[in-house]
Amino acid sequence: MQVRERPEATPGTATRELTYAEALRDALRGELARDERVLVFGEDIAQHGGAFQVTAGLYAEFGPTRVRNTPISELGIVGMAVGAALTGLRPVVELMYVDFSGLAMDQVVNQAAQNRFMFGGQASVPMVLRTQGGSGRGNAAQHSKSLEAWFTHVAGLKVVMPSTPADAKGLLAAAIRDDDPVIFIEHKLLYRSKGPVPEGEHLVPLGVADVKRPGRDLTIVTWSRETLFALEAATQLANDGIEAEVIDLRTLVPLDRERVLGSVRRTHRALVVHEAVRRGGYGAEIAATIAEEAFDDLDAPPKRLGGLETPIPYAAHLERAVVPQVDDIVRVAKELVG
Amino acid sequence: MDRQPALAMYQTMRTVRRFEQRATQLFGENKIWGTIHSYAGQEAVAAGVCAHLRDEDWITSTHRGHGHCIAKGADVGRMFAELLGRETGYCRGRGGSMHIADTSKGNLGANGIVGGGIPIAVGAGLTAKQLGQDRVAVAFFGDGGLNQGSFHEAANLAAIWRLPVLFVCENNQYAETNPVKDAFLIEDLSQRAVAYGMPGVRVDGQDIRATYDAAGEAVARARRGDGPTLLVAETYRYEGHYYGDPQVYRTKDEIETWRSRDPLVIARSWIVGERLATEADLDAIDRAVDEEIERGVRFADESPPASPIRLPEDVYASA
Repeated sequence: MQVRERPEATPGTATRELTYAEALRDALRGELARDERVLVFGEDIAQHGGAFQVTAGLYAEFGPTRVRNTPISELGIVGMAVGAALTGLRPVVELMYVDFSGLAMDQVVNQAAQNRFMFGGQASVPMVLRTQGGSGRGNAAQHSKSLEAWFTHVAGLKVVMPSTPADAKGLLAAAIRDDDPVIFIEHKLLYRSKGPVPEGEHLVPLGVADVKRPGRDLTIVTWSRETLFALEAATQLANDGIEAEVIDLRTLVPLDRERVLGSVRRTHRALVVHEAVRRGGYGAEIAATIAEEAFDDLDAPPKRLGGLETPIPYAAHLERAVVPQVDDIVRVAKELVG
Repeated sequence: MDRQPALAMYQTMRTVRRFEQRATQLFGENKIWGTIHSYAGQEAVAAGVCAHLRDEDWITSTHRGHGHCIAKGADVGRMFAELLGRETGYCRGRGGSMHIADTSKGNLGANGIVGGGIPIAVGAGLTAKQLGQDRVAVAFFGDGGLNQGSFHEAANLAAIWRLPVLFVCENNQYAETNPVKDAFLIEDLSQRAVAYGMPGVRVDGQDIRATYDAAGEAVARARRGDGPTLLVAETYRYEGHYYGDPQVYRTKDEIETWRSRDPLVIARSWIVGERLATEADLDAIDRAVDEEIERGVRFADESPPASPIRLPEDVYASA
């Protein structure tokens, strides 16, 4: 699948072809080297290099105190990250699957997210919770969910979901340098996807959406792996004379409202696509924002395309049946424009 | 023990007791919103432990946290101001009784989630170890917290990495309304430490000498790099779980039995018995504390209400 890259690098910056996993590692390596307060910990991340090999080699490079294996204690290690962040470190804690976040949710919601506000701004919690979600690998219901809406609902968290290797690198580095708790959700099927990635320091600011493909007939707002599906759908739509603009939110919180609304005001039609279950999904927030803010510019009601209201099934064909596929996006986009 | 630390601990205990009495009174006058959880009866624990801590050492505290806060050096005026929802309060009215932090004194904050602060203290211990700092972290929690998964996970993490952490379980005999005998099959809660390979110490939490000595050993052990300790202090909560708790789960006899071993009375008789100070010296401390408390209440009362203007801006450190 072809992905148009729009890295925020200064013109002339050299790029390298990297996988999404390698790009994430590039960011971790850069931040570990740059700032001694940064440390990485989680389950199986040291010698083993992480369940998805994102941290491969970092243990050998930075040693056991900077890259630390932990016991299987999701609540404990996330809470430890909160305490470490409050007292001067910049921890990056890896939760192997976003589905495990339920085990750690008190520390995420009641502690990390609310500490600053609750204590009147005395402290900040500069931690990154790296995790991954999504279906498509036969991991079934407890290892395949898309749970970003849980986190977007909590004041005090930032939520990042990159779709390309360049964004993965730039957003992770920016998240580590950010002074607030950032939930950084990768997609398990993107780890091997490739793209050009700026070498050296590369930062993508949080809160800036990216137009991955410009177009005039409708706006598709999406994120994470569905961005790739939307771009494929846009290629097919173009064959039928429909030019779709594809906006990759990249950061769900803070939300780049202006880029979304500006696009919709030009195209007059909006389709929001995400892998997560449609009911109560973040797409509802986007669609409602568009309806409230750009109603007079719309030629049709905003539409949402999301996962079916089921857990993720195991078998490959069943798995595909419950999350939006390229054909679904093409079909709904045509209905919207037609 | 020397006169100075003994009197300082007595003063802390007296300040906590008077703070709680005054807060209860203010609650009765409808000046405090929400709820308060009194620390009265448990003063010897916070005072004995925090006597070994420096400003740069950290604590995490609980919903019953006023005592820890004062023992770690907080200003009672700013605490009252927080309870009254004033701009001068520690958290500018955002936190209230259950969420006071004073990061300038290493108090990382009280916590409304039972056991919520325990892993956070372990994270602070990790910072000290990682950056090679001579600092320790103390997690205060109750018998209720000892049954939360957060304790078990955090205790194990601190133990395997020998982090400079002290786990202080204040067994005040009730987790909210549930008596400790209904929540544990073991009688000596410090046995829990064995499972994590750390020392477990059980002390009389009403006796300042016992809490001071045990905490001193545990803090020294943490500073030496020998890892964490679980300290279980047997103590008692004089008031109900919260202001207005009908307390149907315990008897007046039981309360009177515990009150007959009041930590302030024990501290006084010890100090006078050891000739570290006279009754008159202690009376002078009492009067000074009463004045400080009244000044604190006045400060809070005269402070402006917390402003709602900046509420959304306080959520994130960087926009």
